[in-house]
Formats: sequence, C-alpha cells, structure tokens
Amino acid sequence: MGSITLEGVRKTFGEVAVIPGIDLDIADGEFVVFVGPSGCGKSTLLRLIAGLEDVTSGHIRIDGAEATALPPAKRGLAMVFQSYALYPHMTVRGNIGFPLKMAGENRETIERKVRQAADVLNLTPYLDRKPRMLSGGQRQRVAIGRAIVRAPKAFLFDEPLSNLDAALRVNMRLEITELHQTLQTTMIYVTHDQVEAMTMADKIVVLNAGRIEQVGSPLDLYRAPANRFVAGFIGSPRMNFFEGEAAVKRGAAAIGVRPEHINVSRDAGEWPGTVGVAEHLGSDTFLHVALEGVGQVTVRVEGEAGLRHGDVAYLTPDPLRVHRFDAAGKAL
Amino acid sequence: MARAISPRRQLVFTVIGWLAGFLVFFPILWTFLTSFKSEGDAIASPPLLFFHWTLENYIEVQARSDYFRHFGNSVVIAFGSTLLGLLIAIPAAWAMAFAPTPRTKDVLMWMLSTKMMPPVGVLVPIYLVFRDWGLLDTRLGLTGLMTLVDLPLIVWMLYTYFKEIPDDILEAARMDGAPLAKEILHVLAPMALPGIASTLLLNVILAWNEAFWTLNLSAANASPLTAFIASYSSPEGLFWAKLSAASTLAIAPILVLGWFSQKRLVRGLTFGAVK
Repeated sequence: MGSITLEGVRKTFGEVAVIPGIDLDIADGEFVVFVGPSGCGKSTLLRLIAGLEDVTSGHIRIDGAEATALPPAKRGLAMVFQSYALYPHMTVRGNIGFPLKMAGENRETIERKVRQAADVLNLTPYLDRKPRMLSGGQRQRVAIGRAIVRAPKAFLFDEPLSNLDAALRVNMRLEITELHQTLQTTMIYVTHDQVEAMTMADKIVVLNAGRIEQVGSPLDLYRAPANRFVAGFIGSPRMNFFEGEAAVKRGAAAIGVRPEHINVSRDAGEWPGTVGVAEHLGSDTFLHVALEGVGQVTVRVEGEAGLRHGDVAYLTPDPLRVHRFDAAGKAL
Repeated sequence: MARAISPRRQLVFTVIGWLAGFLVFFPILWTFLTSFKSEGDAIASPPLLFFHWTLENYIEVQARSDYFRHFGNSVVIAFGSTLLGLLIAIPAAWAMAFAPTPRTKDVLMWMLSTKMMPPVGVLVPIYLVFRDWGLLDTRLGLTGLMTLVDLPLIVWMLYTYFKEIPDDILEAARMDGAPLAKEILHVLAPMALPGIASTLLLNVILAWNEAFWTLNLSAANASPLTAFIASYSSPEGLFWAKLSAASTLAIAPILVLGWFSQKRLVRGLTFGAVK
C-alpha cells in the first residue's frame, strides 16, 4: 500500500515561500509525475515527501498515517536521485544490498534479494563492479535496484533520466514504465521534460512557482488545459497564442492553437503569412510562419510540406481545437 | 593543443627544478653529514667534504639524554593529540559541511582566527592553568594542549574534504534507512578516507615538530624530541656535531613516515583542487 496525502503543505526558506501551500492526493499504485519549469518547487515537494526537507507547516500522510515528523528512513519510501548517488566505495552488490543491511536482514536474505533485483534489471554480470566502472544507464539501474530491493511503499524519482543521453533516456523511460506495470507500486516522478510526463504518467501535476496549476491525466491536460501556463507547457512544439483581433472575434482575451491543429494552404485561409524556417523531421515538418502583426507561429504538417523559405502560406485554425482564455489567462 | 616545449627549455627548467630542490634539501643534508663528523671537523672552515666518519655523536647523545624516552613522548603527544582531534573534529566538520547554519562560516573564521594570535600571547595564562591543575611536564597536559592547538586546522581540513562529498549520497543513505552513526561509519568515513588520512598525517607532522609549547611546558618527564634537540643548542659551547646528530634522530621518524605516505599526502593536500 502506498497512498500519499498532502494537506496544506508549505515550505519557506527564510522569507521566501518556495511552496506556499499544496493539497494533493496520490492513490496507491498511481504513477504521478510532477512537472514544471526549473525552480517551480517540484524537487522541493518531492524532498518534503521523502523527509529530506522539513515542512514549514501542513501535513503529509502516508497510507493515512501521519508522517510529517518522521525521518526519511521511517517513511518506507525509496528514492532515485538525478546524480544516481551510488556509494562509490561499494560494489554493485554492496550498493543494492545497503538498504537491506541497514534494515538488519541476514546475509542470505540480502544475497537472495540482491540477486533477484539484479536479475530484473540485467545487472547480474556487474554485481562485483564498482559504480565508476559502469555506464550511465547501468548506474541508473543500480540506483533503481537499490530502491526496489526493500519493497518500499512508494518510489520517488528526482529527474532520474536527465544525466543520460537521448537514446538511453527513451529506453530507461520504457523500463521504468514497465517496472511500474510489474510492481504496481506508487511512483512519484519529478521531471522538467513534458514528454516524459506525457508518456509515463497516470496523473500529471503541473507546478509553477510552487503552486499546482492543474492535476489530470496526460490527455486531459492536452485537451483541456486549465490556463495559459498549462496550455503552453504541455505539448510539443509549444501551443501558439494569439491576442487582439483573432481572439476578440472568438470572444476571448487570448486564444491558443496547437501547431498540429492549424491547417496550411497556399491559396486561402484566415491568416496570411510568410514561411520562415522549415524543419523537416521526415514524418512531420515544423513550419515557422511569420504572421503580420502577430509574430511567429509554429505549424505542424504531416509528411513533406512542400513549402520553402519565403513562400506565402495561409493558416486556418481548426475551430474545434481553439483554446480560449480570459484576461487572467484562465481557460474559458 | 598543448603548448610545445623545446628540449632546451625543458633542460633549463629541469636544471632550475633540481637546483631549487637541492637548495631546500641542503640544510637537511648538511645536518646529516655533520652528525657523522667529530666536533673538530664540524667547525672546520672551509667545511670539509671528506672527513673521518664516526658514530660517536650518536652514542654520546643517546648516553647523555635518553633518545628513546623523548621519542616515546613525541609519539604519544603527536599521535594522541591528532587522534583526539579527529574524534572531536569529524562530527564537528560533518555538522558544518552537511547541516550548516547561517553562522557556520563565521564559526569557521573564528576558529581560524585563533591561529592568527601569536601563541606567546597566551603563554602566561596557559602556564598558570597548567601549574594550578598539575599538568606541567605531563604527557596528558601536552597532548590535551596540542589537541586544542591543532583542532582548528583539523576541522578546517576535514570540512574542506567533506564539502567535496555530494549531499545526494548522504541523503541516499538516509533514504536507505541509515541512522546518523551508520551514515558516518558506512558512507561518509570510507568516502572521506583519503582526506582523513592526509589530515592525520599532516597533524602528526605538525604536532611532532611543535616546539613552542612543548619547550615551555615540559622539563624532564614529558619532553618530546624538540626539547631533546634544544638541549644541544647551548650558547656556552660548540656542539654542532651532537646537535646535528640529535636533529637527525628527531626528524628521522617523521621523514620515514612522510616518505611512505607522500603519495597519499600530496593527493590529500590537493584534493578538490583538481576535481
């Protein structure tokens, strides 16, 4: 079991309120991703849950039991750090077995559980190596192994993939998701990468300046962002925003249209513009079109666009996919 | 691209390097050579390069003032004060490195500032304290005092080494269920071992060579090797050869220790500078 409840959790460093007050429910077995720009307080929030930082006020409950004042070791949570944080003087076996040793398990149990974890993570051939002799991906697996051996109530991941190269990141992303399917244990995953958030999460918590902007499933956030911040943060490439005439016509202070929801034509359309850079990805083309009086707009076209730098293009938004926002940025 | 260095340049620098090294080493070599001369040869001018080698100085020095007793005192004071210092400094440095408060830097500066005052400034009060507490000329008194004298440096060195250890790793240990004592024992200490070792070595050397307090606060019973050398530096007579023999005997142990640990010592002293 591993449900986690935050009630009015507040954290200040001196005068600065990093987290002014957060309420959140995380159900047992859920994969929750905290996402937001750097400095939004997502890592601090994770560290509060872990017990590595003390809350200034508010309550943290784990499985319904008050955990606010418990030291990290007593919370029954395991954490995977961005830097892996492996013990450099211990072998892989020593690293994975360390939590069990601290829990006072006997030698045979430790060996058996370490072997099991190493098996799951394909680390068996490396058990006697020191962390410095491993690649980045292997190190991250050791860190995950160290987290899974003692069957925690929940896993906390603090940007675990940001030190890996792009290809490896995609692999590890799949492995972690797979691990969640197998273990069915609560996972809280912090990232600034909205692609990781979209692909891995059951539930995304979008944070900005220490506040929760929106909580929902990936598709909820994509289809119905609660405000301009979430609309701009979720989705890649970023949503285009229009103010002025185009927005007023639709009864809003601003409207947003995702690059994939704009139709491009050479002959006719709502907004005439000039094609700037065209990025060809093969499967898609991203056109950066300069609209007079509006600025740069990104458009996603399937396959080859056939438009070049300097060509005139007419853009028309898909009327069903236009997001409308009021002056304060809230969705209408 | 690395800068190209011409062979001639390299030769010049090599020669300069050797000259500088020889200049630094010369007094030690001279002392060593003099210790094997007779008193007459030792004061000969110009100095003799070829002379009759003799061990009589060593024999006389040992006969006149028991070398091994002083050696024993030096070992107790140098190692005792360093180990005691480490015992106090490891938790202190841990607290300052990993749980700093807004005043931690001030405390560190204050500790260092105590080293800026000339020791002679507090000689009288310390002497009186030693006299009243019956610590004069005792190993216990000197070991305790040396611990206090070296403590700021030990804390500073350990603090610097501990700062190099990423917080993440200690936090990982906490998440893995390690209480504080086990966190220090299983994670921090093994990782900081090179730093702890070089702190230990440097302090042993400093305490071994310390002369001011040991000369002023010890007489017959607790006097270490520094007092042993000093007893041969007398204004009334010329005992250069015996003084040299005493000096050679006094620095030999620490030289041997330094020789065998130089790799570790250099690594420890430059730890962090290159990382």
